[in-house]
Amino acid sequence: MVQHDIIIIGGGPAGLAAALAAREAGIQDILILERDEILGGILNQCIHNGFGLHTFKEELTGPEYAARYIKRVMEEKIPYKLNTIVINISKDKEVTAINREDGLVTMKAKAVILAMGCRERPRGALNIPGYRPAGIYSAGTAQRLMNIEGCQVGKEVVILGSGDIGLIMARRMTLEGAKVKVVAELMPYSGGLKRNIAQCLDDYGIPLKLSHTVVNIEGKKRVTGVTIAQVDENRKPIPGTEEYYSCDTLLLSVGLIPENELTKGAGIGINPVTSGPNVDNCLETELEGVFACGNVLHVHDLVDYVSEEAALAGQNAAEYVKKEESRGREEDTVSHKVTLSARDGVRYTVPQTLDLDRVKDTTIVRFRVADVYKGRSIAVYFDGQLVEKRKKRILAPGEMEQILLKKEMLQKYPDLKKIEVCTEVE
Amino acid sequence: MKEFDYDVAVIGGGVIGCSTARELSRYDMKICLLEKEEDVCSGTSKANSAIVHAGYDAENGSWKARFNVEGNLMMEELSKELDFEFKRNGSMVLCFSEDDMGSLKCLYEKGVKNGVQGLSIISGDEARKMEPNLSEEVVAALYAPTGGIVCPFGLTIAMAENACENGVDFIMNTKVENIEKLEEGYALETSRGKITARFAVNAAGVYSDVFHNMVSEKKIHITPRRGDYCLLDKEAGDHVKNTIFQLPGKYGKGILVAPTVHGNLLIGPTAIDIEDKEATATTAEGLAETIAKSAISVKNIPLRQTITSFAGLRAHEDSDDFIIGEPEDAKGFFDAAGIESPGLSAAPAIGKYLGEMIGTRAGAPKKEDFKAKRKGFIRLNQLSYEERAKLIKERPDYGVIICRCEEISEGEIVDAIRRPLGAVSMDGIKRRVRAGMGRCQAGFCTPKTMEILARERNIPMEKVCKNSEGSELLVTAEQGEE
Repeated sequence: MVQHDIIIIGGGPAGLAAALAAREAGIQDILILERDEILGGILNQCIHNGFGLHTFKEELTGPEYAARYIKRVMEEKIPYKLNTIVINISKDKEVTAINREDGLVTMKAKAVILAMGCRERPRGALNIPGYRPAGIYSAGTAQRLMNIEGCQVGKEVVILGSGDIGLIMARRMTLEGAKVKVVAELMPYSGGLKRNIAQCLDDYGIPLKLSHTVVNIEGKKRVTGVTIAQVDENRKPIPGTEEYYSCDTLLLSVGLIPENELTKGAGIGINPVTSGPNVDNCLETELEGVFACGNVLHVHDLVDYVSEEAALAGQNAAEYVKKEESRGREEDTVSHKVTLSARDGVRYTVPQTLDLDRVKDTTIVRFRVADVYKGRSIAVYFDGQLVEKRKKRILAPGEMEQILLKKEMLQKYPDLKKIEVCTEVE
Repeated sequence: MKEFDYDVAVIGGGVIGCSTARELSRYDMKICLLEKEEDVCSGTSKANSAIVHAGYDAENGSWKARFNVEGNLMMEELSKELDFEFKRNGSMVLCFSEDDMGSLKCLYEKGVKNGVQGLSIISGDEARKMEPNLSEEVVAALYAPTGGIVCPFGLTIAMAENACENGVDFIMNTKVENIEKLEEGYALETSRGKITARFAVNAAGVYSDVFHNMVSEKKIHITPRRGDYCLLDKEAGDHVKNTIFQLPGKYGKGILVAPTVHGNLLIGPTAIDIEDKEATATTAEGLAETIAKSAISVKNIPLRQTITSFAGLRAHEDSDDFIIGEPEDAKGFFDAAGIESPGLSAAPAIGKYLGEMIGTRAGAPKKEDFKAKRKGFIRLNQLSYEERAKLIKERPDYGVIICRCEEISEGEIVDAIRRPLGAVSMDGIKRRVRAGMGRCQAGFCTPKTMEILARERNIPMEKVCKNSEGSELLVTAEQGEE
């Protein structure tokens, strides 16, 4: 069986950044497996700008952002296989993949980095009633058809969901000559970035109807119209508020689901809130030597943070491989694990545990809040004791937040068992 | 003797039409099947519970009872002969109250009289032992080990392909608009011209009353009875192993919870009588009822795993039974009307019955070269790694995975298009090889599958349809502009 030091599953922004970091950390034998025909993942279809403000201090398009990483991967001569889909990861880190040239092959990895990204929630997940005609697309599918295949998916459009892809597609379709009649959002707030609402809806006069959902889809062959209605505080449609929009297309931007079927297949535990694997501060999953980063771990808003997170996974995977090589892992040392938990308006944290013996100078803890909060603080407790409190003007579920845990701060609490992150009303 | 275009014209390419066409193709006759959509299995046959019923529900002596039990007995061998997916997973009818024990026993006795083998009444605890997720409220259950599940697309398409191979002309996109009774035989006026046939078979599903009433004074009336379903991800597929029914009521067998042969979990259907024979839209109320009632039988159904919902129309005839055979005043016209549940289970038996009846009437000899066997689609994800590796070597496009959720390769999609009676639409591909049938519901594979379909059929992308004409996935620049 062919063996590699690190196999990276997915050649999108996470996989590329992880590969580069692992190479920088001295690992030569890396293989990236990418299911699409080019590297770069979903960035290739994100032809709008706004990428890279944090990483490169400039505004790039998705393909430009990807190209910077792809170029470095090429320079580093990191091997990759395209059009290659992984169908199984075993507990022993044997990765089985399929492609046209090699057929079906199983490879053994010392470390695996999961970077498979996410998929869009389909209509069925929401049980939207009505017909099932042509013209119903998840926003990303429509984006691919338009931006990669050069196809026109619709002329008159209603969009359900104000996630970032939906917002971007509202602008994109408008620019292509389509009439975007309305964006309906089930929640009383948008799940997208503020800047996208301004630049993609407001600038084009596209109405955003919060607390609204689609209650019927009409059209036997192709969509002919949809009915939207206002919803109450339990997200149930309010009778009498129905409005009919004639349209030929319904785009859905109703959430992203980390694509963890392979992860589950390897027996790795999945966090019910993030739908990604539970990880420690090294981004190592419950299965030793398997790391996760990017949207497969938890859905991000900004690719810059994906790259940053993935680089950490790459470094740690490299360290893991080197450690394995030098002396094997000290099986019997009891590592000092600290649990991270979210409460009071904080939905989750990534990572979910800290291994105090392996903390770096700074540990970034990323999280999302459960609702829109104005004037609340983010508080951090170590075993019930407040250690940090930071006031935030506004917190929204659509914007990922983070706190930094400094090593010296953690060292002051040698018996630390539990870290809690929460919001607090003043 | 008068010259006809065909000896037999079958109206409708659903499971009944295809089954009958296949049985007819055993005889040396010229046969056509007329279907208004672009593909077979486009109506009731594509949207139902996918159940092979044991046969205890139908009234003793009814056509439903006879053909259900017969069809159930035929299904296993047929699934081997025609290579489609069928599994005898067993079924249970739940009883939630001691007061209803009488009804449960009645059902048992009815089943025994109908000739159903292996029936038994088991206690609630015994039932829960077999199905740990059953409701605690279950006091007893009728257990039928002969109950099964089938792929309704697989069954229908297998019979259609086999009929096609045995010489039946499948004429798609052709709607029968009127039927004229000739001195002998019938003239079918279609959207694409007139076709004459000595015999006609009415397998038109919810439209079967329309065609029957064109030739017979003994009128029948079909009510489309809509059923809303939810389909759950494969991760939920082993939530139950048996098909779980509730004691039947006036409108049929109630809401069931069942695994599918592909490993998903299916809940539904509702039973809502409507007028419009095309109204396959789900409703919020219908889906809510499906969800609420399924929870009575089975606890903790992981509804978060729902991947799609759909509605199907049952062709309910006022007499509450199938209408099979010739009306007295329309010789040579054979009805298979009012085929609601257990129609899928009964299909092989109804086809056999009508096939033999018409074949005998026509005095046609049986073909010596009839090919009873059909080789199904290659499904790479069901093969061992070694077998898959070998196949990809022979056909590299089996190594290009297009539908990642169901692991369907380009080669399998190409097969679906190139086979006799191959897929011409996205739905046709989906029903043949399951590309787009998985948890992302074609989010990722749609663009690629469209490209393959356009390439293979040599049509522009703008002409690629979800199903029949008018369901184009893309718009052209001209379309919709003032």
